[in-house]
Amino acid sequence: MAMNAMPPTPDTGANHADKSRQVEILISVLLRTGVVASLIVISAGMIVTFIHHPDYARSSEQLARLTKPGGAFPRSLGEMTAGLREFQGRAIVVAGLLLLIATPVMRVAVSIFAFVYEKDKVFVIVTSIVLALLLLSFFLGSL
Amino acid sequence: MMEAFNMSPLEFVLLVLGISVVAGAFGALVGLGGGIIVIPALTLLFHIDIRYAAGASIVSVIATSSGAAAAYVRERMTNLRVAMLLEIATTSGALSGAFLAGAIGGRWLFIVFGLILVYSAVAMFRKREDAAPDHVPPSWLADRLRLHGRYFDQAVGREINYRVTHVPLGAALMYVAGVVSGLLGIGSGSLKVPAMDLAMRLPIKVSTATSNFMIGVTAAASAGVYFSRGDIDPFIAAPVAAGVLIGATLGSHLLGRLKGKAIRATFVVVLLFISAQMLWKGIRWR
Repeated sequence: MAMNAMPPTPDTGANHADKSRQVEILISVLLRTGVVASLIVISAGMIVTFIHHPDYARSSEQLARLTKPGGAFPRSLGEMTAGLREFQGRAIVVAGLLLLIATPVMRVAVSIFAFVYEKDKVFVIVTSIVLALLLLSFFLGSL
Repeated sequence: MMEAFNMSPLEFVLLVLGISVVAGAFGALVGLGGGIIVIPALTLLFHIDIRYAAGASIVSVIATSSGAAAAYVRERMTNLRVAMLLEIATTSGALSGAFLAGAIGGRWLFIVFGLILVYSAVAMFRKREDAAPDHVPPSWLADRLRLHGRYFDQAVGREINYRVTHVPLGAALMYVAGVVSGLLGIGSGSLKVPAMDLAMRLPIKVSTATSNFMIGVTAAASAGVYFSRGDIDPFIAAPVAAGVLIGATLGSHLLGRLKGKAIRATFVVVLLFISAQMLWKGIRWR
């Protein structure tokens, strides 16, 4: 509680608090940027999809085809790139979704540099392990 | 499975978008991923295959987390150091869970999901205190890692200093939470919040905000696997992602003004209702 002494900090008080605040603002801005960017790309992809397929606004048979298992949509970076070249709406959506998925990963990566800036070795290691595990899961997932 | 309604793809997208705005706002307020609403809505309302629903939900969890965390980090509701430390446990758990998901059938996914919802409801109902917990046992590890924190609580109008304890127990529970989220595509904030609240003794608002922050990373660890397995259908995931992003951003700005107890009570009822449906679906599986 308030009576308890706060544990010692390696850096001098005010300076360290300033650095922590800067890191908080940086992470906040990074998350906001990722959110806005992916929202724009995903929405653009859906608009393109409906422009390419005007019947999607009317035909109810199309919905079953679009949402049933085994649908045709990009499921790798290669397929997404190919789809983007043909300006496919769903490939643009996938690009936006990947941007969204990448946002927390970017947040972890930037945090490593933030802890380096705060001169906090233990948390540089902690955050590096988290990033390594994340990258490992992407690597294993793509096998 | 049969179609619930005869609707066009456009109508489907707009309906899912609307539900997802609500899911995102709800998720941001209570510290759970929007998936807890998105999965039941997609499977029960629109009869979407559970694997696509789980794929859309993992996207929704990331959207809830990033949408709300931007505000919570700025307001210091999130304990960044606790979050970063526990993310080691949740990411390794999520990795284990995502690979088990392919081996476990749809029926058991429904039953496990239903049981998790019942557990979440009980855990959420039991947590009703607002201020920082008293008599927190000393923890050498928490001191060493400087996990203790403080935040300004709008409801009581003063800064709250709090201390953290039982770090290894918290980490173990976080690993389990990671496995569950990898298995089911939910952020398992339902397990993270009780772990931080009951074991590590964080104030409830810090627990939900920190959970919100962490669920994005846990989900990102699984999302790569879901994507390459073809479980993320853009036509289903797009309206979910967009709606949840909008909802979570709105919800994070509402938190300070709303009464936590009312939201919690409503959500417990919703959780119990949905869990009964999911369990029923699993039990009478053909």
